[in-house]
Amino acid sequence: MPSVTETNLDVNQEFVTFSAGNQIFCVPITHIREIRRWTSVTILPHTPSDVLGVMNLRGNVIPIIDLSQRFGLGPTETGERNVVIIAIHGKNSIGMLVQSVSEILSLHKSEIQDTVEVPTSSHPTFVTGIISNNENMIRVIDLASVLDG
Amino acid sequence: MFFEEAEELLEALTEGLGELENDTQNMDVVNAVFRAVHSIKGGAGAFALDDLVDFAHKFETVMDQIRGQSLDIDSDLMRVLHKSGDQLCDLVEAARDDTAFDVDARNNTLRELEPYLDEIPDEEIAFDSLSLEFDAAPIQDLESIPIETVETDLEERTKNIYFIKLETNNKLYQIGHEPLYLFDQLSELGEIDIHLDETSVPKFNELEKDHHLSWKIKISSVHKEPEILSVFEFIVDLCNIDITKEASHLYESNISSDIIEPNINEKNPKIINLDEKKDFSTARPSSNQKPPETKTQKATLRVDLERVDRLINNVGELIINQAMINQCVEKLQLPPTSQIMNEIEEYKLLARDIQEGVMAIRAQPVKPLFQRMGRIVREAAEATGKKARLVTIGESTEVDKTFIERLADPLTHMIRNAIDHGLEDSINREDAGKNPVGTIHLSAVHRSGNVILEVSDDGAGINRKRVQEKAIAKGLISSDAELTDNEIDNLLFLPGFSTASQVSSLSGRGVGMDVVKNAVQQLGGRISVTSNFGKGSTFSIVLPLTLAVMDGFVISVANQTMVVPISSIIETVAASRNSIHTIGQDERLLFLRGKYIPIINIADSLKLSHSHQQDIKNYLIVKNESFGACALEIQEIHDQRQIVVKNLETQYCSIPEISAATILGDGKIALILDTDEITRRNFS
Repeated sequence: MPSVTETNLDVNQEFVTFSAGNQIFCVPITHIREIRRWTSVTILPHTPSDVLGVMNLRGNVIPIIDLSQRFGLGPTETGERNVVIIAIHGKNSIGMLVQSVSEILSLHKSEIQDTVEVPTSSHPTFVTGIISNNENMIRVIDLASVLDG
Repeated sequence: MFFEEAEELLEALTEGLGELENDTQNMDVVNAVFRAVHSIKGGAGAFALDDLVDFAHKFETVMDQIRGQSLDIDSDLMRVLHKSGDQLCDLVEAARDDTAFDVDARNNTLRELEPYLDEIPDEEIAFDSLSLEFDAAPIQDLESIPIETVETDLEERTKNIYFIKLETNNKLYQIGHEPLYLFDQLSELGEIDIHLDETSVPKFNELEKDHHLSWKIKISSVHKEPEILSVFEFIVDLCNIDITKEASHLYESNISSDIIEPNINEKNPKIINLDEKKDFSTARPSSNQKPPETKTQKATLRVDLERVDRLINNVGELIINQAMINQCVEKLQLPPTSQIMNEIEEYKLLARDIQEGVMAIRAQPVKPLFQRMGRIVREAAEATGKKARLVTIGESTEVDKTFIERLADPLTHMIRNAIDHGLEDSINREDAGKNPVGTIHLSAVHRSGNVILEVSDDGAGINRKRVQEKAIAKGLISSDAELTDNEIDNLLFLPGFSTASQVSSLSGRGVGMDVVKNAVQQLGGRISVTSNFGKGSTFSIVLPLTLAVMDGFVISVANQTMVVPISSIIETVAASRNSIHTIGQDERLLFLRGKYIPIINIADSLKLSHSHQQDIKNYLIVKNESFGACALEIQEIHDQRQIVVKNLETQYCSIPEISAATILGDGKIALILDTDEITRRNFS
């Protein structure tokens, strides 16, 4: 689990949860640079359909992807409530378009379960763990594979 | 620290050797080379780099003999000196990178140096003890101190002290002269010490009356009398000037070598009265024998490159920010006379100034790059058995540091090519009535916002027939293709093209000019070739002044704002329907001044959906070396402006047909089109 290895085992870790493609995901808060409202982006030609384009974040060119599309859950309809989560991984930043941001969870490492192997999965999962919270299943995203994909 | 210094010293060394080639008698240069080698040796000794010390010592000994004029420089020695210089570079590099050096090469060079080594038993013994005991410091003391004192003596001795008595009067001021400026000018010639005879200062209420001010100036300068007097040239008639020269006798007894003694003969003070024009004019001709200009070292500052780059980034942001503010204010539609418009204009100019200034920090002269090429020429000439010399022009031309780093390989390749393929061997050259020694010209020049680098040889020129045959044989062109000379020349840049029928170790591995071309294109430049059969070929590289900022056209394609670098556009054309013709299914041609030019629709090429139907279509005419002119169809041209280049690859990955991105005044990102790639992709 590369995205959570940095944390001390005995301390609770905070996760930002959000929904994309009608599923709930989360990312460790330490990997989030900021959350912004959706604005139109500059389209990049010759890129896969999940790459929406690039946007200007204070002088930096940040690629924006549609998280739902990347996970194979169909394109996100862009609208008022949509937000872009700017995540950092190593030196790279990426913007992820999601439906909405829900809450911040404080969790102990032991509450994260390993991903269940699904035999029929046709898409790479991008998920490193699962959290059960109020009968909802929250997927912990592996940022490295999202960025590299 | 040592290696940084050593690099500078090596640079001075290479430069000195280059100068020596033209003027073997120039003792200043001999001294400079000697000092460089000596300092490298000293530094290496302190770090116990024994191999380096060992070699530098032998080199130094030979230089010392040249210095002492017990050895004359002939072409053979010159070659050995060059080789030694190169070898020293290698050794320093090996020591820096902590890698092993080529022992054979070193021994070879040493063997060539050896015949010139006079047996100086004392020094050899002293030196041996150094290499045995790993104890550099005491030896350094023994050797360096006496030498350095000699050097300072030399410098001091060339300086003369002049006493100038200057009497100025009212007239001088009435005409608008100001002694202060003269003194400023004088101080550039040497250290000056000025005294005003206070008794000559008139009382305040007598200022209007005739008065004479008397100044006493003491100047110690390396310049000669006429040069100092020339400062006063314009006021000669208006004042009295007496100049007395005092040669310093201080070091006369201390002359250990007879290197420089231009002024020693004039021990007696000499007086010239400038009022007498005759004397002045007789004094002037002596300035013909003025000593060779001593190079003044400019004060420089070593700065961490990262800091500079951060500053450059920030200035880039500043430019973008300035454009944004400008756009906001324009939206307010204030009257043009309002103060804020003026201030914004001022801000714009300032921002540009800062940006240019910051860019200038990264700019560096191409000299070190050119100097490295000297070695390439020597090595390539030796390897091919041809005779060649390198002539460099415009060494002080400044280009972005990145270019210097990234041009080294392409230039090396081009120069090797020029010697290997371009130059004929000396027998053929003599048959052709040429100098048996081939000349490679390497030049750099700034021209209309670009840097132009040229490598030209005076060899046989491109054998177009052979080039074409080769291209056909390799299946690069069809056998019945009719090509113009220029098109044939450009075949050289095609991937996998190599004319040398035998693969030599030097060049001709088939990775030739297309690699050079790619490297140049990555730097945002282009390369072209012209050739004159029997007379030689010239390869020109045109580069933008800097990587970070360029001038571009802001255009729109399928409602997307994009930027095209101005350097890639030959002209812009607005064409009506009747000048567009269709060929085949959907090939379209633009009729422009009697010629049909293929049209590429950029929106289609980028796979962007578009639905605009315009009566007047806008085209950018670009030219590609391999495919000729081409018309790029776009929606609209909006503006021409300076843009800050943002690399996409570091954030995402490289995208076909897009070279980079930029941020426009409204904060939106615009992509920068790579027109060359667009044409290439559409043609192949």
